[in-house]
Amino acid sequence: MVAIIDYGVGNLFSLKSSLDFLGVESVVTDDKELLASADRIILPGVGAFGDAAKKLQKSGLADFIKQQAKEGKHLLGICLGMQLLFDKSYEYGEHEGLGLISGEIRPISEVIPADLKIPHIGWNALDFTKENPLFKYINNGDHVYFVHSFYGANCEKSVIATSEYGAPLTAAVAKDNVFGCQFHPEKSGKVGLNILRAFCEKEN
Amino acid sequence: MITKRIIPCLDVKNGRVVKGVNFEGLNDVSSPVELAAYYSENGADELVFYDITASAEGRELFTDILTEVAKTIFIPLTVGGGINTLDDFDRVLKCGADKVSVNSGAIRNPALVSEAAKRYGDQCVVLSADVKRVDGVFRVFAKGGRENTGMEAIEWIKRCVGEGAGEIVVNSIDTDGVKGGFDLEMLDAVCSAVSVPVIASGGAGKIDDFTTLFKALPKVDAGLAASIFHFGEVKISDLKNELKKNNIPVRL
Repeated sequence: MVAIIDYGVGNLFSLKSSLDFLGVESVVTDDKELLASADRIILPGVGAFGDAAKKLQKSGLADFIKQQAKEGKHLLGICLGMQLLFDKSYEYGEHEGLGLISGEIRPISEVIPADLKIPHIGWNALDFTKENPLFKYINNGDHVYFVHSFYGANCEKSVIATSEYGAPLTAAVAKDNVFGCQFHPEKSGKVGLNILRAFCEKEN
Repeated sequence: MITKRIIPCLDVKNGRVVKGVNFEGLNDVSSPVELAAYYSENGADELVFYDITASAEGRELFTDILTEVAKTIFIPLTVGGGINTLDDFDRVLKCGADKVSVNSGAIRNPALVSEAAKRYGDQCVVLSADVKRVDGVFRVFAKGGRENTGMEAIEWIKRCVGEGAGEIVVNSIDTDGVKGGFDLEMLDAVCSAVSVPVIASGGAGKIDDFTTLFKALPKVDAGLAASIFHFGEVKISDLKNELKKNNIPVRL
């Protein structure tokens, strides 16, 4: 079973529907017992880093997720959920993340040319930088759907794919059993479904 | 490289897609679910569902259908029509919409844009503006283009972006339905005024109109159309292949 963490951030409808579509048993919950019993955990999220990090800390989910990851549970962060895996973020101040991926979240305005629009919104191609089981059903150059104004920086060791938007922006990260996608696999058509399918498969 | 988006727009009334459609291989050409699946399979980058129902019953039906569509289509969905309050945002987002488009609702109550942006994020709020030239000035029209608000369009759009609108759909009433191409002059004026994504609407009649649009105005992010896709006059896959030939980045 795959558990989608419900901590009051963002719309989980499409993510749940994607897993239903793939025939993957899933549950949307904030119940730690249920989360602990799941084979895999997805940390979603849309919105501001600071608020989301606070919600995770207050509910005790932050420590819980870190513990689960340490024990080897497969974890996938999506969009803001990916950013929360990092050490810290500089989105409106400085906020501490979960520290599961080394690096920090910084504004894309620092690295892209001034004439490009922010947020980076739309379909962009993935450039694989490392092989990863997450990509077993997709191809280098496949397009996925992004909506973000901040990106993962100083995380070279964990980057597995980037997308070119005036600069190569971190598109996906992985470190052992912890994975993250800056884009929305649940909104990226067949390519996105195939990424979720790979994540949900036991042998990975 | 970010690609240009091609967006079909489906008008839904009482649970059915209005404006006749003409596709082979579809059992029910006015089923929003079948049409959405067709477009999603055939290269649409995003779908817009526009609720043109007036009754409460029709609205309920619309949300049921939206839920059904969102369960089967995994590309971004934008919903518009009848969005006047935060409750309306809530209603369609819960059914699986990703973005909500406001038009008359924002004109009646401009605070709607900022309140929605604060609650759901800028990326969720799309301003749809119906614009028409009146004595050489771009004016915003309300109520499906029937009522001149008297507001100057570029100022209105800038104001809404300031309030948190994350994308702008510019629908030119002057070119809408004429099928003579997009309103490049109007779109250029909007693109020069705002830095959020701009979606061109109104006037597409053939593939070349999209090529011309993206070549003339590289700042335009997407092209939206309804009838030319519904009637099968333009197939999205042909359109995208042609754009690619012209070195315009697209998702194939």
